[in-house]
Formats: sequence, C-alpha cells, structure tokens
Amino acid sequence: MTPVPEAGLLHVTARDAGLVACRRCSRVWPMGQDRCGRCGGRLVSRDPRSLSRVWAWWAAGLMAYLPANIYPMLETRTLFSTQDSTIVGGAVELLLHGSAGIALVILVASVGIPFAKFVCIAFLAMSVRHGSRMAPGLRMRLYEIVDYIGRWSMIDVFVVAILASLVQLNVVASISPGPASLAFALSVIFTMLSAQAFDPRMIWDGIEARAEAETEAKARAEAETEADARAQAEPEAERPA
Amino acid sequence: MADGGIIAGTAAADLIACPECDAIYRAAEVPDGSRATCARCHTVLISPRRHAGMVVIALALTAVVLVVGSLWFPFLRIEARGLWQQATLWEVATSFVGGPLLLVSLAVTAAILVLPLMRAMLILYTLVPIVFDRPPPAQAARAFRLAESLRPWSMAEIFAIGCAVSLVKIADLAQVSLGPAFWMFAGLVVVTVAQDQIVCRWSVWQSISPAR
Repeated sequence: MTPVPEAGLLHVTARDAGLVACRRCSRVWPMGQDRCGRCGGRLVSRDPRSLSRVWAWWAAGLMAYLPANIYPMLETRTLFSTQDSTIVGGAVELLLHGSAGIALVILVASVGIPFAKFVCIAFLAMSVRHGSRMAPGLRMRLYEIVDYIGRWSMIDVFVVAILASLVQLNVVASISPGPASLAFALSVIFTMLSAQAFDPRMIWDGIEARAEAETEAKARAEAETEADARAQAEPEAERPA
Repeated sequence: MADGGIIAGTAAADLIACPECDAIYRAAEVPDGSRATCARCHTVLISPRRHAGMVVIALALTAVVLVVGSLWFPFLRIEARGLWQQATLWEVATSFVGGPLLLVSLAVTAAILVLPLMRAMLILYTLVPIVFDRPPPAQAARAFRLAESLRPWSMAEIFAIGCAVSLVKIADLAQVSLGPAFWMFAGLVVVTVAQDQIVCRWSVWQSISPAR
C-alpha cells in the first residue's frame, strides 16, 4: 500500500505547503523552525549553500586524488628487489603477469569508480543549477548510486592495511604502505562528504512548475488547433509535450 | 496547482515527507511486510515488519559479538619459504603506526572497529526498552540520530571484501589461509546488510517520539 499523494499527479512538497521536512526522520514542521522536535536534527528547507559545500568537498577530493595516483600505494620488498607500485602500476603489473581479470577489477574499483564519481557529482551539481534534460527520476537514481558506491572505494585502503600487517616475512617478502594510501583515503572521505552535502530535493525542485507549464502549453495548443479546425484553417503544428 | 487545501486539515504529526524529494503524504497504516514508497522518487518511506525490533536487537548483539570476538583471532595467515605470519584485526588497524600514515591507521580503526561497535550499541540502547514495552530511554532520539549518521562511515562489511581482495593479491607471493576472524567478518557482512534492510526508520522514530 502506498500513501495517497495529496494532490492528483503533481506532488505537493513540504515547501509548497509552508512546511519544512526533517531529512532524518521525515517528520514535518512549520516553516521557520530550525530543529526537529522529534529527532533533534537540523531543519533546512533548501540550503542555498549546499552546492558550495558540494563543490568544496569535490575539489578537495580531486586534489587528494592526484597524489593518490602519483605516489606509490605499496612498497614491496622481496628477496632480491624492492619495488614501489602505484595504483595503475600495480594493475599493469598484474596484467603483465597474466591475470587480466584481477587487473581489470582493480582498475575499475580504484580508477574507474572514483573518476566516475567525480564526473557524476559534478553533473548533478550543475544540473541543479542549469537544469538538465535527464529525467529527475534517473538523476535521483544516479545520486543514490554515487552515494552508495562511495564507501566501497575504501576497499583499496583496507587492502593496503591488510597487506602491510600481514606480509612481514622478514627478508623473504615484506610490504609497507606508501604515501598514496593516505591521499587515497582522504580522497574517498572527501568525495563521500561531497555526495552527502548534495541535497537531492533540489533535483525535484521546479519539476512541478515545469510540468504545469508544459500541461498549460499543451492545453493552449489544443485549444488553438480546435479553434483553427472550426475556422476551417490549417491545424497548427502541435508542440511536442 | 492544488496546494495547502487537503493538507490543511491534517495535523503535521500525521504527515510524512520524503527525505529525498520533499513530497509530502498523509502517513497511512502500513500492514506488516509491505512497504510504502514515495510515488515520485520511489524512496521507501515506511516498511514495517513483524518482530522487526526483536530481530534488529538480535542482529546488533551478533554484530557486537562478532567484532569483539574477531579481535582475538587471526583472520589471515601466510606462509612462504618456511616463514609464516598471521595478522589479527588489531594488527591491521594499527599497521600504519608511525609517521603521517598514522592518520590512515586511525581512520581504519574507526571504520572497521569503533564505529560498527558504537552503532550496534546505540541501536541496542534505543531499541531494547522500546521492544520490551518500556518507555524509550531519555537520550533515545540523540542515540538513534547518531547511529543513523554513522551508518555510511561504519565499514566492517567493506573490510571483509578487502580481505578477499588481498587474498587474491598475495596468492602468488605466499600461501594464504583464512583464519576464524575472516569468517566472523563475513558473517558481519550478512548481519549489517540484513539490519539495514529490516530497520524501518519511520517506525523507530514514531516509537521514540514523545507520546501525543
């Protein structure tokens, strides 16, 4: 069973109704109240600084992401050699050793996903400001995926921690963490904060107004065609809704 | 646009706003086992389940036992050329000690030990009295709010996957075997996922909120 929307097809938002919703516990309060009386969370109808926070964390994450790729993530000392491996370097090495599958997994998890995250967050933040032809439902899904996947990038940091504590076989083999592990962890944390600073309600703002304008335009076009038909004139081309 | 009219007659306490898209609905009684979703963005709003409270308490207790228990057991063991080494969770968490990488160590410790434990305990503190029909504890709202905001930062289940990945990575360097703590963490993955699926946040808030 779904709760019935308050008004037909167009949804009434808390803001339309002069209310402010608590994003933690979904209770609504009169506009102007600043703390939720149920869970104590801060109430903000729409935070005008939300986007600046998104961009600030985004930039910090990107800045940390560069050294994460340049410096070595792991330092492996085996009997005869010492080698530093960066994220990409490690994957390439795996590829040369013949395990293309694992190399691909590592490349996707530590290069592909973080990169896609930066692109997606930037796209979402810009779409809120400049509008987008992508349906809000899809953008919402995109946001949910970015928000969900963000934490999984920490896998890399954990792998470094595990390897560094486990592989301490004296002269035979030992692994120690490189500076990139710190940069990478920071980058993951910053992008998570960036995604959290994004207020998804902004994706939906203005949708109703736009839909209404479209219905109105459609109705006007229909009325016009009807009038034209009555006047035996050529029907005006209908505007696609 | 039809506004205010229908909502005006409803007390604010009976309304529910979608946290993701701000659409408001009149909260309805949802039968156990079904879920109410936002008609606009399909976020799950209400999803009560029979005995959910008891199950969540059981899962939180399990999580505490698994995390604390896994501290004492090795979870990976490697062998190469007659040398062997095993690592416990504690050793992993502190593997970066020394230098600026200490920060990473702190983050790892928090993510895989401190925060999962803290979340489980906060949930126990909030839910145990409610489930046993006692009045909610004085700090229940604050505790549950904290537990909710810690959720993305508690990464025990991600760590378990990390174990599996490192297993593959060092497979050609040395012989690797899994210890009991690895299986405890694997169990923790299941527990965490189940708990997130079962908790109906709206119902919890509803039972915490002061009686009206």
